[in-house]
Amino acid sequence: MSNIQLQCLLGIQGKDFVMIAADQTNSHSIMVMKDDEDKIYKISDKLAMGIIGDSGDTNQFAEYIAKNIQLYKMRNSYELGPSAAANFTRRNLAEYLRSSTPYFVNILMGGYDKENGPELYFMDYLASSIKVPFAAHGFGGFLSLSIMDRQYKKDLTEQEAYDILKLCVQEVHRRLFVSLPNFQVTVVNKDGVRALPVLNSKSLQ
Amino acid sequence: MARRYDTRTTIFSPEGRLYQVEYAMEAISHAGTSLGILATDGILLAAERRNTNKLLDEVFFSEKIYKLNDDMVCSVAGITSDANVLTNELRLIAQRYLLQYGESIPCEQLVSWLCDVKQAYTQYGGKRPFGVSILYMGWDKHYGYQLYQSDPSGNYGGWKATCIGNNSAAAVSSLKQEYKENETTLAEAQALAIKVLSKTLDMTKLTPEKVEMATLTRKNDKTVIRILTSTEVEKLIANFEKSEAEAEAAKKQAPKS
Repeated sequence: MSNIQLQCLLGIQGKDFVMIAADQTNSHSIMVMKDDEDKIYKISDKLAMGIIGDSGDTNQFAEYIAKNIQLYKMRNSYELGPSAAANFTRRNLAEYLRSSTPYFVNILMGGYDKENGPELYFMDYLASSIKVPFAAHGFGGFLSLSIMDRQYKKDLTEQEAYDILKLCVQEVHRRLFVSLPNFQVTVVNKDGVRALPVLNSKSLQ
Repeated sequence: MARRYDTRTTIFSPEGRLYQVEYAMEAISHAGTSLGILATDGILLAAERRNTNKLLDEVFFSEKIYKLNDDMVCSVAGITSDANVLTNELRLIAQRYLLQYGESIPCEQLVSWLCDVKQAYTQYGGKRPFGVSILYMGWDKHYGYQLYQSDPSGNYGGWKATCIGNNSAAAVSSLKQEYKENETTLAEAQALAIKVLSKTLDMTKLTPEKVEMATLTRKNDKTVIRILTSTEVEKLIANFEKSEAEAEAAKKQAPKS
């Protein structure tokens, strides 16, 4: 049975950055295999992708996209912008969807574009793709979405966005029946992709 | 059976040349002229129309100038049927990119892709190269206005002003003298194009039926591609003839004083 719903991805677009948080649990059936898994991939200089879903599919798809984006950069000496990269990713998901080997993954892609600023894209395993100010995947996401609805406002600072993510993770710890102790947080802005302190029970006190 | 032809088209000569490619370029040098000029506020392509037979039904708006996508236009010189195949391929490449990335293909990538196709015909398959040279004008967010030229070998280059087809060498040297980089506006480029075309058309006088011109500019964050009407071309030709007459008159006066 798939555990895609038991994993959690959160994303918020701020004034000049995009922040993505992902749980760090890797489980097989009832066993927790790993509690420090990195589910957020650096796709290019100013592009990060959080990906959850079937083990194997996640790594495979993320690396496939990342390497293709790198190849584009090598061939043309400039990078693909966030909207083009999101389009490319969605196109791949869509083509594999109706094959015998679809990718069972949910994605949040955050990037910084020089002309258009920060952009957050929500993509799911049915190959939908939409640009949004904030988003979430999984059961944990359901709990968090109403918090983000309440707290989100335009032009958030990095600290404000981090605090909103903190509130969301607190709620996941309080109300979700699955244990997701650790959350990895990444921010993308004009200076690139940067890791922020992990959110766990200790840091949430 | 195929081996009889295989060994001819895609092999080196003893001096290290590719004859078929050179013969293709020779074919193009007899074809109708096409020239392109990069201006500060836009680009233009101008071409000589050869099919001016009165019996021809006026179905096409343009004989040698093709729109490739929202941001690029090309003009061809050489074998028209070969050109049709290549322009179709260019449009396919552009749309495939748009489908995959959701944005217009950057100019150089389109040129480069097609040139890889052209190159393949010089190396394998036993097929002859395409007898077409192409001028591309386009805009993209990386490098702005760009002008490219490609030839049957699959080679391509970026240009500020260039010419292909009949008398192209004379045209290029003329452009080299008159073109001023970063100082030529689109209006000046149009006048320059007419001037150069009048030289390459040998003795025949310039008429609007013989000339096609297209311009590419940007307005409100969108690319505007225009093919000039024959009235506009007529005006450009009239202006040119007037300035020629004035230059002649000035020359005649000069030695007197």
